[in-house]
Amino acid sequence: MIDVMYFAWVRERIGLPREQIETSAGTVAELVEELKAREDRYAAAFADTTALRVALDQELSDFSAPLDGVREVAFFPPMTGG
Amino acid sequence: MTVRVQEAPFDLGAEVSQFTNTSHDVGAVVTFTGIVRDLTTRDLAVMEIEHYPGMTEKALQKIVDQANERWSLADVLVIHRYGKMAPGDQIMMVATASAHRQDAFEAAQFLMDYLKSRAPFWKKEITQDGETWVESKAQDEDALSRW
Repeated sequence: MIDVMYFAWVRERIGLPREQIETSAGTVAELVEELKAREDRYAAAFADTTALRVALDQELSDFSAPLDGVREVAFFPPMTGG
Repeated sequence: MTVRVQEAPFDLGAEVSQFTNTSHDVGAVVTFTGIVRDLTTRDLAVMEIEHYPGMTEKALQKIVDQANERWSLADVLVIHRYGKMAPGDQIMMVATASAHRQDAFEAAQFLMDYLKSRAPFWKKEITQDGETWVESKAQDEDALSRW
């Protein structure tokens, strides 16, 4: 099981802040494909992954990164702090 | 070195005063304060900031650590708020202390440039007409290349 978290408009589009997912995806990109195949709201949120960022265990990463040993995956738009 | 992520407002004067008084080998203190401004053509009622608890603190600490490695700093303070704020409210502040001003100035700019696009905060503007997520700007990403 892996914790998947969504922030900002990704959270709003999918309709929940976090969920636990049973997955055999080897990479972030494979996980995204699994999620997109689930329901329209996921397909809408992940339509353009160039508009998204991903963090693995709270460190910024990228969509080609492996999920081996990762406990927490977070998807969000580019950050707007400051 | 202090990083604080909080919902409550902070007292800028008290923070800077305390920050300035803690060391005697400091010749320069630079502070930056971010304030909610009305970027919309309509009336901005509320700015709401979401963040990623846990990652936010780690990301800010990492940025502070990088600043420490690059410049000779006696102290750093970063405070960033989340939740709902009104135009004119203080969103965040950065303070840097060093023996000479160049380190404090450059480190403060570095901290701000990285904090804008590497710390997991997201701003949403709420007006009478609805809600809009603030989009990141290409220039924010470009700003990192100078470091």
